[in-house]
Amino acid sequence: MTISLEHYLAVSATLFCLGLLGVLVRRNLLIIYMGLELMLNAANLALVAFSRFNNSPDGQIFVFFIITVAAAEVAVGLALIVALYRKRQTTHVEDLTSMKL
Amino acid sequence: MQEILFYFFAFLTLLFGFLVVANPFSRNPVTSAMFLVLTIVSLAGLFVLLHAFFLAAVQILVYAGAVMVLFLFVIMLLDLKAEERLRIKTIVALEGLVAAGALLAIFFWSLSTLQAPLDRGEPPSLEGGATNLGKLLFSQYVLPFEIVSVLLLVAMIGVVLLSKKELK
Repeated sequence: MTISLEHYLAVSATLFCLGLLGVLVRRNLLIIYMGLELMLNAANLALVAFSRFNNSPDGQIFVFFIITVAAAEVAVGLALIVALYRKRQTTHVEDLTSMKL
Repeated sequence: MQEILFYFFAFLTLLFGFLVVANPFSRNPVTSAMFLVLTIVSLAGLFVLLHAFFLAAVQILVYAGAVMVLFLFVIMLLDLKAEERLRIKTIVALEGLVAAGALLAIFFWSLSTLQAPLDRGEPPSLEGGATNLGKLLFSQYVLPFEIVSVLLLVAMIGVVLLSKKELK
């Protein structure tokens, strides 16, 4: 059977839910961040699939910008994680409870 | 041939994506980062199947080649001996599976009960090469292009500021 838009969207949805699972379950800050990157990539796949099957290049332009902004966000986020590690000597979210009541 | 390639790359993407969040090999985040690189490469294969050649190349160059290398630098910079102490509680994993599984069920249910078709019905003919994207990028989307360059400059300044030793 020909591969249609729904196949790509199913792959994108499953990848998004895998990233979400990683963010919810894991306790290491870096792996939570990797789950976030998985979710971004799933959205990229959905956009490129829509762009291809609707014959409109706007989706691909948007993905270009998403990749750029994701790169900038990863740089800033990792700088924050390194600064936090310097203060607290941990990357485990259960040790970062200074805002708890 | 197209269907075999699609199923191959889709299976690889989902397998490596699952191994990023739940790898049974080691508790080291470096293993998860390696599997994320493989996920991004399989996703670039899917982009090629969708005729988005420029985006596939950009994905491998920028995402796998720069972002993930930055990730690995930071992982190796931090000292991670304390990672092995706590295991994930079963109830937490179950709750996560229920939440993500419910969202996935909503996605699949909405894909299967569509009222209107998702695409326009015409055969896909978009070629995402560098020429076509470049023409659009410098004519219609030139303002976001310039703003993104300013954003990258701001991000770089922010990173340099955040990495200083004494933060007041």
